[in-house]
Formats: sequence, C-alpha cells, structure tokens
Amino acid sequence: MPKSLTPRLSALKDEIEGYARAFGLDFFETVFEVLTYDELNMVAAYGGFPNRYPHWRWGMEYEQLSKGYEYGLSKIYELVINNDPCYAYLLESNAEVDQKLVMAHVYGHCDFFKNNFSFRHTNRRMIDDMANHATRVRRWVDKIGVEKVEDFIDRTLSLENLIDQHAPHIRRNPDPKRAEDEAKSNERVEGFKVGREYMRGFINPSEFLDEQRKRVEDEKQRAKRFPERPQRDVLLFLLEHAPLEDWEVDILSILRDEAYYFAPQGQTKIMNEGWASYWHSTIMTTRALKDHEIIDYADHHSGTMGTRPGSLNPYKLGIELYRDIEERWNKGRFGKEWDECDDLRARRSWDKKLGAGREKLFEVRKHYNDITFIDTFLTPEFAMEQKLFVYGFNDKRNSWEILDREFRKVKSKLLAGLTNFGQPIIEVVDGNHENRSELLLAHKHDGQDLKGDYARETLRNLQSLWRRPVSLVTRYDGKGVMLRFDGQNHSEKKVDL
Amino acid sequence: MSLKIHQDHSRFKQIVRGKIKANLRKYVQKGEMLGKKGKDFISIPLPFIDIPHFKYGHKEQGGVGQGDGEVGQQLGPGSVQPGEGKQAGQGEGEHSLEVDVTLDELAQILGEELQLPRIERRQSEKIVTQKIKYTGVNTTGPESLRHFKRTYKQALKRQIASGTYDPGKPLIVPTREDRRYRSYKLQDLPDTNAVIIYMMDVSGSMGDEQKEIVRIESFWLDTWLRHQYKGLESRYVIHDAVAREVDRETFFHTRESGGTMISSAYKLCREIIQADYPKSAWNVYPFHFSDGDNWSADDTRQCIDMLRDDILPHVNQFAYGQVESPYGSGQFIKDLRESVGDHENVALSEISDKDAIYPSIKDFLGKGR
Repeated sequence: MPKSLTPRLSALKDEIEGYARAFGLDFFETVFEVLTYDELNMVAAYGGFPNRYPHWRWGMEYEQLSKGYEYGLSKIYELVINNDPCYAYLLESNAEVDQKLVMAHVYGHCDFFKNNFSFRHTNRRMIDDMANHATRVRRWVDKIGVEKVEDFIDRTLSLENLIDQHAPHIRRNPDPKRAEDEAKSNERVEGFKVGREYMRGFINPSEFLDEQRKRVEDEKQRAKRFPERPQRDVLLFLLEHAPLEDWEVDILSILRDEAYYFAPQGQTKIMNEGWASYWHSTIMTTRALKDHEIIDYADHHSGTMGTRPGSLNPYKLGIELYRDIEERWNKGRFGKEWDECDDLRARRSWDKKLGAGREKLFEVRKHYNDITFIDTFLTPEFAMEQKLFVYGFNDKRNSWEILDREFRKVKSKLLAGLTNFGQPIIEVVDGNHENRSELLLAHKHDGQDLKGDYARETLRNLQSLWRRPVSLVTRYDGKGVMLRFDGQNHSEKKVDL
Repeated sequence: MSLKIHQDHSRFKQIVRGKIKANLRKYVQKGEMLGKKGKDFISIPLPFIDIPHFKYGHKEQGGVGQGDGEVGQQLGPGSVQPGEGKQAGQGEGEHSLEVDVTLDELAQILGEELQLPRIERRQSEKIVTQKIKYTGVNTTGPESLRHFKRTYKQALKRQIASGTYDPGKPLIVPTREDRRYRSYKLQDLPDTNAVIIYMMDVSGSMGDEQKEIVRIESFWLDTWLRHQYKGLESRYVIHDAVAREVDRETFFHTRESGGTMISSAYKLCREIIQADYPKSAWNVYPFHFSDGDNWSADDTRQCIDMLRDDILPHVNQFAYGQVESPYGSGQFIKDLRESVGDHENVALSEISDKDAIYPSIKDFLGKGR
C-alpha cells in the first residue's frame, strides 16, 4: 500500500521543493508516495494509474518489469503522473541521495507538464477519469461478460495508435449528421422542360422520371466520398461510422481518450526527460548534495545518462541539448552575426557575455516539442560533439552498422523518427470503397515499409470492428500493394500509386 | 492494491498457457525452441500475444545512435534497440514476442495435454542435499568471498567524506572496516533422486534425421522427468559394435560406421546401474533408441536375457524407441515385444517421423511409472 512520506523524506521534499522554486520552476502541487519495488512495478505496469481498467496486458507489462528487476536489468526509480495535483512515486528501498535526486527530477517533470504548450489541452483530472473508465469497463464486464469485453479491448488496443498524434487536442462531440444533411438538399428531378402542360405526361412519362431520379441518386452515391478529406483520426471515424453496439462505442471512446492523453507525452519525451535531468543535476550539484553523497550521485546520474552505440538516450540527448542552448545564449552564439562568421578561431572564443541562457531555456521548454526542439537547436557542432551517427541494417553482413555521420542526414533521420511519434501515418481515405461500404486506409509511405505480419493482423482487428472488408494501400520494396482482409481471407494485389 | 495486478497478471499467464497448449504439438514436432533453452526456462516465440499495431518493420527502421566509430563499423550485437518512444510512466512500447516459460510449467502443460499420469515413486525415501544461496552483503566473512567493488566503493566514500581523497593522486586504500563480503545461507533441498540412462545406436544406419528425432524426444522426456524428480541425473551411452559412455554433446553428434551390437550397450547400462545407482536410493530410467537393426539373433537373445534378469528388476521403467530408418530392418522391437512386451515396466514405441514424436512421448510416459 502506498505510504505517505516519513518525516525525514518530508523534510527532504520541502528542502528540494524550495530549491526548485528558487530556480524559478513553476509546478502543480506534487504529492509524493512511497512504494515497495513490487508496488512500483505494478503502478508502472498500469501506466502510472493504479486504478485502471482490468486487462491482461498490464499483467504482461508487470511480468516484464518484475523480471527486468529480478535479473538486475532495469530498475524504476521514479514515476510521475501528469495530473493536478501531480502524483509521484518513490521507491522505498532507495538511498536518501537517490530520493533527493528523484524529487529534483520529478519537479522538473511537473514544471514541464504544467508549462509546455503540448499539454495545454491535457486533462488534468486524468486520475479520476481513469478510475471512472475502469468502473465503466467493469460495469460492461458484468453486463456483457468478461470474454466479450476483453476480446473487444484486445482488438481495439491494436488500433490505439491510429489517432491524429499531432492534433492540438482531441475532437469531441462529433456531428456525423451534418454532412449528410448538406448532401441531401438539391435533389429534385425535373425532367425535360415542358411548354404545354398537357404534353407533360408524354414528354416526361413517370418511368422516365423514375429512371432519371435513380441515375442522379446513383451518381450522388458514387460521387459522395466520405470522409471528404483523408482522416487521420481512424478511431474517431470508427466511432462515427462503424456499426458498433453501445458498449463497444463506450469502450472505444475510453481507449481513444486514454490514447490522446498519452500522445503529447510521446511527442515531448526528449524535451521532458532532458528538462527533468537538467534540473536534477542543477539542483543536486549546486544545492542539495552533501559531500559524502557525491559518489553515489555520480554513479546514478551517469547510469541514467549512459549511451549505447545503437540507440539514443533521450535523457542524454535532452540534457546536452539544453546545456548547449544555455551556453550559446549565455555567450551570444546565435543570430545573423554568428551564423555568418566563418572564422573558426573567432567562433571558438565567441563570448558576448549575454548571460541569457537560463531565460532562453525557460522559453524553449514552453514553446517547443521534440520535433521543433531538434529542428531548431540541433547544430552541426553539437552533433559532432555528441558523436551522433545514422545506423542501419546491412543485409549482406547481417548486422547493424554505422552508415553516416553527415549532419544533415543525422538530423533528418532523427526528425523522421520523431514524426508521428515514430509511428507510420495511416489515414482513412474511403468509408465506402467501391461503393460497397468497404473501408479503405492508406499508409503515407515515407521510405519505411510496414511490418507485414503485424499489418495483416491489425487489418483483421480493424475488420472485426468495421464488419465489412477492409483494405490498406501501402508500399513494399517500392511497389504499391493493397492488403485486404474480407473477414475470412487475407489477400494482396498490386496497385499503381 | 497489490491484489489488483495479480488478477491481470494471472490472466496474462493463463493466456500464455492457452497459446502454448494450442501450439504444443507443433513445438514438440519441430523442436522449435530447443535451441533457446536456458537453465530453468525456455523462450517460446508466441505470435500475437503482443498486441499487433501498424508499425515499421524492425530492420527497415535504423536510426540515430551516439558514440565512436568509423562509417561502416559494425555495431555490437545487442547494442541496437529499435526505438519506439517509450515514455517513462506510459506503460507502452515494444514487447518481445518471446515468452519465458519455466521448464516446470512446460512439463505441466505437456502433462495436461497428453494426459500423462503422475509418476508413482518407487523410492519414497528422501535424500537431503544442501545448496548455497547468496543472500546479501556483510561486513564480515572469508576473504575468498570479498566483494571487491563494494569494498572499493566503501573506501572511496570514506576517503571523500573524511577529506583524505586527493583527486590529483587518486589512491584508494581500503581499511578493515571498508571490507564487504558476500554472505550466503545453506538451504536444505529434500530430493527424490532419479537417473536417466540414454542409450543410442550410432552405427552407420542411423542418420542425422534419426538423431534429430532422438534429440527432440529426449528433451521432452527430460523435461517431464525433471518435473517429477528434483534431483535428476542423466548418463549417455552410445554404441555400434561396442558401447561407451560419453557426455551429452558427444551423444548427439557422433556418427560411427561399424555394425551394431545392442548387447554391448545393455551391458554397460547394467554396469552403470550396479556401480552408481543402488535400487534403494534411485529411480532408474533407461531409454534406448535405435533403428531396430541388430547384428545377430544371438546378440538379441543376449539382450533379452540381460534385460529380464539384470535390468528390469532394478529400474522403474525400461523404454525402447525405434526410429524408422531406410536402412534398418526394424526387427528388434518385434523381438522385444514378443519376449518382454507384457512386462509392466517396459515401454516400447515406434517413431516413424517427427510427427510421431508427440504420440511416442505418451507411449513412454503414459504408464506413470
């Protein structure tokens, strides 16, 4: 069971909170609770929300976290929930110096949650809402039966990344009727113009009028594409148009809500972790650390910042980029004059003593997300200093290898990985494909092929919600392919793109 | 609060179990997972226990890394983690598709699927063994168990705290108080002991395919018996015209070209039992695999005599598996069936191909002996 802070930890909290405020951090009230590692693994398995709807994948997550801990591969030190108040969990067995580090880190996160623009539309009562979601799901379980509900959740979870990741906020209260009403107007059929009224029956016999009417109707049907524009929020499209039962609509909208809650966290991971790391390191090294704690602090800090050649540590990249920005703005290494200076020696000793670094950092943490952060502030000097490179898989040697260190390639690869949160962009193009109520999706191919078996399995899940055949247009090895699942069989055919 | 996750956790385990069961026949036949055996568990690839998403192919992706190295330099195995944003506190991200199952659990599943009876223990006496378990770190202990890293860290801490650490001359001298030692406890393990004596014909007529079948089948036999007996030993005997005892590796990879005298193996088996496994303390399981081709009718007679007089009275069950080969006459199993087939502790099985491994396991283990 979560414990509130011991008097000692409580005093530490006050101390660290004081430092954080003195540095200008601005956060929601933060509630710390102390958990054993088993409880922490559990809360982490639930994505930070101890009261979440029941599902086996939390159990799977828990199993992996516990194993990772048992084998000494990983250890969660801390967990923060973006809520007002913020909730943060401390690991009971942590040494005091770790608790201080974690608290300082947590205040960094909380400041970020409160101030970064990506969270402007975030539900700050998510703890309550998650608990409500759980209650609603449990009620359906009682009513419909656990198997049916679990099965539906399984299938829906398979689609949970099909939201509009970069939409500023979730679109609610959709009105599917409006578009249809507009389409209905202006559909009277007149037939030929008749000069003499008594001739009407001869010129426009009723069979002819019926035929005309039918033709117009057909044409309209054919011409009416819905959605009118490709729609990236596939879940919303399903909510509006799929033949779902009430309980299915309810569960689908719950899962969509939760997906939108987590989306901005995914888009600011480097910034957020970097910001928290920047502040724990600043607070610890300038204020909170006692002499005898230095070794342990250094040990754990470097553990968090460690890099491996084939992966990018967001903590490390984030903190280094903030530090780089701070230095550049302290020394005035930006603007036209700096950009146009090609005297290497002048650049190296460039220092206008502006001292504007810290101020710039606070501005950056407010107005950027990972993509704009990297796009704006990643410089060739920084990439070289941090030894960044592009790697890829070499089929001939059957291994991963370093492909390139050229700045532009590093940057574009980095940005590509962040676009749409590293997920393929998939849109609904037609909800009435070939006029047969089939669903057609398109993958906006950006050079990377989809994982085939997963794509087919996901189509199967999509079909079970749409109830009619579904197809996905994508590209494999440069050739257009339409994957189709009709409820029984998978098929593939070539398409021209 | 801790109760809640256990519900989801056990549901997850139940699902895994169901998937394994559904695919068990496939696993048994193909020996798919044998290569991945850990000490106590096995990794089983389970498609779609993971929730499928539209996502990029693993190798398509590549990414940005950090560190030294020339262009074209290979990255060490395991160093690439395909990056999908995994948010701390988000509980979402990449899952490995491989599920670890303990061998014990696997045996249970095998037992349920094949409806294998629990083995009746012939020997009820318990033999207690002791096992060392390292439990923590202590300030006292024997020098051989000194924990160097902890000791060093402790010394470093002390020197910094007391101000005697000089970064210019980073010399760390641990004192008596800094020393740290691993501490352990002795645990008593009550055991019922059993031994499997594997015998295999490695004469020219036994090909690679036949041996593969033996290898897969013996894995399952091992797994089941290990589930029943905590202290299980294995011995390996290969034979053509002469028999010799070998290690496991050799057992599965030897190929000879001589003729076949099965009696040589049984003789060695008898010696092993007499020397090391007194009936009073051991449950003994000889398993013999061959293609059924023996040198002479006379040798077969010798085998049967030995079985009847010396081996059967000392073992829980004697099992003979005949693997079909294009060269073998397949006579031996007929001779055994005629002479000892009605003994209650004899199990005979014909394994025509990999598909037959599954029923054959039941032939061997179905008697519950």
